[in-house]
Amino acid sequence: MSIVWAVDVASALADLTEISSQVEAAAVVDADGAVLGSTLVAEPDTERLVRAGLGLIEKATARFGSSGRTVTQLEAALREGSLFVVREDGLGIVARTGAGPTSGLVFYDLRTCLRAVAATKKKKSKPRSRAAKKTETADA
Amino acid sequence: MRKLLWLALIVGGLLHLKRRREAGRERVHLHFDDGSTVTIADDAPDAQPLLALARPAL
Repeated sequence: MSIVWAVDVASALADLTEISSQVEAAAVVDADGAVLGSTLVAEPDTERLVRAGLGLIEKATARFGSSGRTVTQLEAALREGSLFVVREDGLGIVARTGAGPTSGLVFYDLRTCLRAVAATKKKKSKPRSRAAKKTETADA
Repeated sequence: MRKLLWLALIVGGLLHLKRRREAGRERVHLHFDDGSTVTIADDAPDAQPLLALARPAL
């Protein structure tokens, strides 16, 4: 992952925590579960959050998913707080909130954050393809 | 008229209590790519393994 994209992920997460006062912590992961960014400073805390989120979505898909039906988002609501996981466009976000959050709003904010990350990822990959085309035409 | 007001107050109070009780219960909401959703309440056998996975992160 490039440094520029890491900054973009951090910026999207900063926007998320600024917009959504309910989100206490969040981490963005790629399709393989590698952490791209987190609002948590301590790495073990991020790992615990991500492991819980990805484990949940994996177990839920194995139990309730079927061919052609996968879990795209989930909320585990406990007395201490809620854990949210959203998967979209090969990216995922795991977030922690306090008890009794407004689920619809949190899901909306998490999807917005993921879309911002996905948009910067696409933007970053576009100039490279143009440059590749230029070299191809120069070779021809 | 007064009886109706009392009845409305009692029904409203009961609904409020029911909503508060449900909001305090632990549960897992799943949303699928086909638009369907599943809610697993804490007394369902499938809920505990999922809730146990989430607990360390909270």
